[in-house]
Amino acid sequence: MNQTAAALSGAFALAGVGAVAGLLTPARWRSAAVGAATTGVGVTGAVAGIAAVSGTVWQVRLADLLPLAGVSLAVDALAGWFLLLVGGVATVVGVYTVGYAGRVGHGPSARGALALLPLFVAAMLLVPAAGSVSTFLLAWELMAVTSLLLVLAEHRHSPAVRTAGLWYAAMTQAGFVVVLLGLAWLAAAAGGESFAAIRAGTAELSPLVSSGVFLLCLAGFASKAGAVPLHPWLPRAHAEAPSHVSALMSAAMVKLGVYGIVRVAFDLLGGGPRWWWLLLGALGAVSALYGILQAAVATDLKRLLAFSTSENIGLILLGLAAAGLLAGTGQLAVAGVALAAALLHAANHAGFKTLLFCGAGSVLRATGTRDLDQLGGLSRRMPATTALVAVGALGAAALPPGNGFVSEWLLLQALLHQASAGGTVLTIAAPVAVAVVALTAGVGVATYVKALGTGFLARPRSTTAAAAVESPPTMLAGMGLAAAVCAGLAVVPAVAAPALGRIATSLRVESAPLQGSGVDLRLAGIASSISPLWIAVGVVGLTVGFAAVARAVGRARRRAAAWDCGDGPLTARMEYTATSFVEPLQRVFDNVLAPEQDVDVTHPAESAYLVRAVAYRRRLPDRVEARLYRPVITAADAVGRAARRLATGSVHRYLAYMLTALVAVLVAGVLR
Amino acid sequence: MTVGWIVAAAQVVLVAAVAPLLVGFTRAVRARLEGRAGGRIAQPWRDLRKQLRKEPLIPADAGVFFTAAPAVLMATSVLVVAAAPYLSTRGPLSGSVDLIVVVGLLLLGAVALALAGLDTGTAFGGMGASREVTIAALVEPTLLLSVFALSTRVGSTNLGAIVAAGTSNQAQVFTPASALAAAALAIATLAEAGRLPVDNPATHLELTMVHEAMVLEYSGRDLALVEWASAMRLTILLGLLANLFVPWGVSTSLYPGAVALAAGVFVAKLGVLSGLLAVGEVFAAKLRLFRVPELLAGSFVLGLLAVITSAVLA
Repeated sequence: MNQTAAALSGAFALAGVGAVAGLLTPARWRSAAVGAATTGVGVTGAVAGIAAVSGTVWQVRLADLLPLAGVSLAVDALAGWFLLLVGGVATVVGVYTVGYAGRVGHGPSARGALALLPLFVAAMLLVPAAGSVSTFLLAWELMAVTSLLLVLAEHRHSPAVRTAGLWYAAMTQAGFVVVLLGLAWLAAAAGGESFAAIRAGTAELSPLVSSGVFLLCLAGFASKAGAVPLHPWLPRAHAEAPSHVSALMSAAMVKLGVYGIVRVAFDLLGGGPRWWWLLLGALGAVSALYGILQAAVATDLKRLLAFSTSENIGLILLGLAAAGLLAGTGQLAVAGVALAAALLHAANHAGFKTLLFCGAGSVLRATGTRDLDQLGGLSRRMPATTALVAVGALGAAALPPGNGFVSEWLLLQALLHQASAGGTVLTIAAPVAVAVVALTAGVGVATYVKALGTGFLARPRSTTAAAAVESPPTMLAGMGLAAAVCAGLAVVPAVAAPALGRIATSLRVESAPLQGSGVDLRLAGIASSISPLWIAVGVVGLTVGFAAVARAVGRARRRAAAWDCGDGPLTARMEYTATSFVEPLQRVFDNVLAPEQDVDVTHPAESAYLVRAVAYRRRLPDRVEARLYRPVITAADAVGRAARRLATGSVHRYLAYMLTALVAVLVAGVLR
Repeated sequence: MTVGWIVAAAQVVLVAAVAPLLVGFTRAVRARLEGRAGGRIAQPWRDLRKQLRKEPLIPADAGVFFTAAPAVLMATSVLVVAAAPYLSTRGPLSGSVDLIVVVGLLLLGAVALALAGLDTGTAFGGMGASREVTIAALVEPTLLLSVFALSTRVGSTNLGAIVAAGTSNQAQVFTPASALAAAALAIATLAEAGRLPVDNPATHLELTMVHEAMVLEYSGRDLALVEWASAMRLTILLGLLANLFVPWGVSTSLYPGAVALAAGVFVAKLGVLSGLLAVGEVFAAKLRLFRVPELLAGSFVLGLLAVITSAVLA
């Protein structure tokens, strides 16, 4: 039993302990006990991941644990990367949960909601650890069910939670069915259900089978990852779930959709024709752009973060598509950089999105609202939370020296430096992809300036925001941990280079895509380099230096009423809100977003030339959902209503149905 | 190594000293062409000295984002100047800060000011911030496509490598792709630096303000820092435009004589470019805010054409 095995077994054991503790401990200590257990699961999972990415692989088959197929685990470097990611997120969320769930004993700290938390983490650890199709599907379903129950934790609180749960349940189950079909087809065609057997058998697969498997798995995994147009569950579930669950789902669970795509397309199927990658790239580009535009116009803080998850998944998929496309044209070095960019961005997104969802949870807990239009003024009342959210926003906006910048830089390098020998398709696709990444980054900056600027700065726009108080220390400690990880990834991303090299080798692209010491970051096959450490030291050092010199030389500052061009006294109602802040951007992208606006003018009875009141409403519905899903739902509703006529309540009729069915089966049997 | 840092420091001092003069020069040229007397070229320096002596006021509701923004803006500008190949292509930061980082750092400075504008809690601050980030978001694709067009022929986004390749092989610089990229980057520069026709630096009219609306609440040394850093950003962008597309005169070594010559050529190039900018501004009217995306879409198409031309002709 090696280090990976010991740590992973420890994680599963701790998850069991945590679940029991959640059920048995009294409300007063429940969240502390479960939080500690979840942190334990996270730490041990992360240790297993570190061991695996350092080269300690582990394989085991427990034939007797489950009937028919048994349980088969196989942890390699790729699995280790995602174990590390899930473990890291769970560590932070465990600490945060202690304060967030609190001691009230209902809602997020109810017995069931807390007992499920370590089990959800364990299921997420089991997904990358699975070594066969049956184990993978079991883990996938466990993850789906536990997360669904956690989303519904506050179902008594509002009907929106129930709607969100329904959407999530329907889409995750549909996704599961598609993945099940794909993987079962693959196992049947390759002649074995363990991943090792499939890998050995894929050489003889016909293009039809491998493309069919790819399409089915892509649909299923992309819906779990929240890629547009398979995303409608995501803004609902992430917004309505308790915030620590949102953090786990958005930072860790959706990444396992990415893991599924990498595992199936790169590892099990061993790459494929060019149209696979163009399809994946198109999916990524649409997700990135649509996701960030919806995030930019969202006024609900958690909905904004959820759509930004779609955007980041889009960037990750774009990196994967570039890796597959470039590996297909023989440019292995650049393909390795693209793959490293995708995987590093997955880790970076996990870091800053955990931090931001926890921050949104703190805001929600302090003010009771997620509406950015109602917030404001939190930087005075919750200074620590604001500072931590600012660190996360810096990473999410992909600005230097944040952590998101490093992985977007890698992605851009891979897209910029493919050789022109790659053919016409690559010549056109690469600049378009660069433009997509650039526009996404630009709108992303606007989005996070809005989130931070209108949510936390200036003056409170509601009484609840004015009454906000700072979060308890455990919540701040959890967020601080996430901020430290973000800072580490931002400043010395080269620590991930050996792990990414091992993954790239196992997926048969470049052996060491990232090189460089702790100070600078160099690439295989591309002459560009940056030094994240120097950039961070430069920005922070110079800022502190200039502030100190200005303070020492100049006169002291004095507070006074805002000048505002000599206008009268200002009220909080005159501030720019989140809605007004993005109005110019929303107007620019009017054709994509298609806002619905109503202006109702009511006139007094005496004259139609006078105005008594003007009511203005604007809604920004999710267009993809309205165009793609509503018709399907309406049709399903109609079919359901029509089918009701079959069940009238008459026993005679039911007996006739049974007789008909029996006769049909018999006839079919005889004819065969 | 030490010589390299001295050259980097010399670049910072040179740009910091020249930037206000450059602003003064454009104002003087503009005034002369419009038939006004105008101020002296050194007037921006006098303004800075005056503002540095005055007492800085901060709005009652502003917090640390407001007070930190001038320093952040200045820090990003100085870092970019230290890394850019204005005098020599062999600067010590040439391998640490590449063209994409430069774009990112300039954006970081703009974001710091936008957050400061929101932090004041005034309607004008929010308005300026909203407009600024909208324009910044739309400029980004053009900037990165220009980076694409510039970096493919060198195989690197490192600024020193791009300029050095230009000085050693001048046939590479004057290509159709390069001309298209230069046009795209020039439009992006106007938008980034807040010049006509995107933003009017000489106005305080609420309908048209972008940059000025964000910095309306600054006073004293804070305002001085913001104005100085803004002038440096204009100089940075014009200097990059000059050295990336006309890389003559940039020293490829660290010999003092060559660097001194490069400094003279650099100032001359800046003079020509800012003169052209001023002449252009006399004849241009400011676009409506909602017409700006059309201009930026045009520059984006130029950038895309530049990339595809360079791939086709390569």
